[in-house]
Amino acid sequence: MSSIEVNGKTYETDEEGYLVNLSDWNMDVANYIAKTENLTMTDNHWEVVNFLREYYEEYQIAPAVRVLTKAIGKKFGPDKGNSQYLYELFPYGPGKQACKIAGLPKPTGCI
Amino acid sequence: MAAEIKAPAYRVFPIAPAVQPGAMAETKSFVASDKIQEALGFPGQLVEDWHDRAIAKMGDLLEKYRSFKVFMDACVHCGACSDKCHYFIGSGDPKNMPVARQDLMRSVYRRHFTLPGKYFPKLVGARDLTREVLDEWYSYFYQCSECRRCSVFCPYGIDTAEITMAAREILDSVGYGQKYSNEIIGKVHKIGNNLGLPGPALADTLEGLEEDVKDACGVDVRFPLDVKGAEVLLVTPSADFFAEPHIDSLIGYGKVFHAAGISWTVSSMASEAGNFGMFIGNYEQLRKIALRVREAALELGVKRIVVGECGHAWRVAYSFWNTLTGIGAGADDPYAIQLQSQLDHSYKQPMHICELTWDLIERKVITLDPEANDKYVVTFHDSCNVARGSNMGDFFGGQFEIPRNIIKAAANHFVEMADGTTREQTFCCGGGGGLLTDDLLDLRIKGSLPRMEALQQVVDEHKVNFMACICAICKAQFTKVLPYYGFDRRVVGGVHQLVSNAIRLGDK
Repeated sequence: MSSIEVNGKTYETDEEGYLVNLSDWNMDVANYIAKTENLTMTDNHWEVVNFLREYYEEYQIAPAVRVLTKAIGKKFGPDKGNSQYLYELFPYGPGKQACKIAGLPKPTGCI
Repeated sequence: MAAEIKAPAYRVFPIAPAVQPGAMAETKSFVASDKIQEALGFPGQLVEDWHDRAIAKMGDLLEKYRSFKVFMDACVHCGACSDKCHYFIGSGDPKNMPVARQDLMRSVYRRHFTLPGKYFPKLVGARDLTREVLDEWYSYFYQCSECRRCSVFCPYGIDTAEITMAAREILDSVGYGQKYSNEIIGKVHKIGNNLGLPGPALADTLEGLEEDVKDACGVDVRFPLDVKGAEVLLVTPSADFFAEPHIDSLIGYGKVFHAAGISWTVSSMASEAGNFGMFIGNYEQLRKIALRVREAALELGVKRIVVGECGHAWRVAYSFWNTLTGIGAGADDPYAIQLQSQLDHSYKQPMHICELTWDLIERKVITLDPEANDKYVVTFHDSCNVARGSNMGDFFGGQFEIPRNIIKAAANHFVEMADGTTREQTFCCGGGGGLLTDDLLDLRIKGSLPRMEALQQVVDEHKVNFMACICAICKAQFTKVLPYYGFDRRVVGGVHQLVSNAIRLGDK
């Protein structure tokens, strides 16, 4: 098993750097993972990451891209409710990269 | 002054790459953990007596599948397949030549299952199964997408995919499985689909989709879940619920059913058309996954089973569902017989969504306005498993013609990519067969080279800006790799995405 160290504490991750334990997540860990992805967290990033965690808590899975864009658009303004905006924030793909920073398991399958 | 004399521009034509031995030797997808392996009944880790068990398993498979034995014996190393693999073309690694990949196994077969190999191994190129050879199997048999393009060119009809499947089956049986495929299969058993999308999340997603479609076109198109007594059970890849551009095709299916007045449902039990049991060559997993569809069909009492845009799902449905589950004729256990008497055999069982839509277009039950797609110049990427592992309609080549017929009915501008890169000779997207994982991204990008070259040509010559396909893996793979080749990721989309744009929604 791989791991990361943030503020002197060790957190278990999988081979690709996704947190193994959902409850290990905190903002410092998120900032750390974002840095490994060459991203700097802004308010816009946090809006998405926080929504992902809320949705996951209710449904045990990250939201579908369309559910995410719609929710972000409703909450934070229609100019943010599209996948192009999400790709600008998370260039590797909002599904996987944002999930990783949010401490959620990697979505699998034909996506 | 005389005009400047210039040499004409170089023509670009594909050539076999220079060989780069070992170029992909370090490429190895993540190995499955104990937990993932054991959930499928495989050993958690490489077992101590892996050598003997691997050889014994190979012996089992040789006895069980006559085809596998023939493929081990028949190859004459003519080389016809060598430059036909997209992974060889993209990487130059000679072990990605289909003949050489197969020989990783054939050499071990000769050593243990042929007389000359047992006594004079060096003379006949036979090798012992060492740990290095086993690791090589893992590396290179997970660099084959089981697309079977090489088989089209093989004078003996050797099915390379079947050899890859056998290798993966042997590897799993000794505790050396692939994380990507096996984790996904575990999710299907536990949750019902490759994504791990639980029922409540699926319900929420479909509800949201109804709102979106209502907002976009003012019509109440339904996306029903677990509706008993519906006529059609739609089995579609779970990516259709989740990802872009996949979801646009799901909207298209919903609109077709709506416009034709056909009652339909998806099922939370069978919320996955994909069947990765085929990718790992494991019959029990293949069957267990397929049986979820039967269970859902019996539970919901549907009359028809329709499969959405998923390449290998259609191969499994078209070629194997009959004997695996009794969808179609063949299986003879009581549940299969019950299902066969439940289904309406005036329709094809199972039916591809393209067959359903094209039939409705032909009978003028639904109407498309192709002007709706006038902003697109469309081309069609044949997905490997549909092209080389199935058919559609009742005529030879229907799997090629029917999706094209739909596109031509839905859009005014359609052009073909170059001969030799489409239909039965289509190139794999580069992400099929259990390779659609981030840890193989380098391989996936290299493997998409021939398709990207063919696409570039029609972009340059005809301004193509939409490549339609009917496979969730192709859609996800191209969305990821197109930008590496300088294209917009939204160039790829589904056939039913075009239908969705063009269909006239009445109040039927």
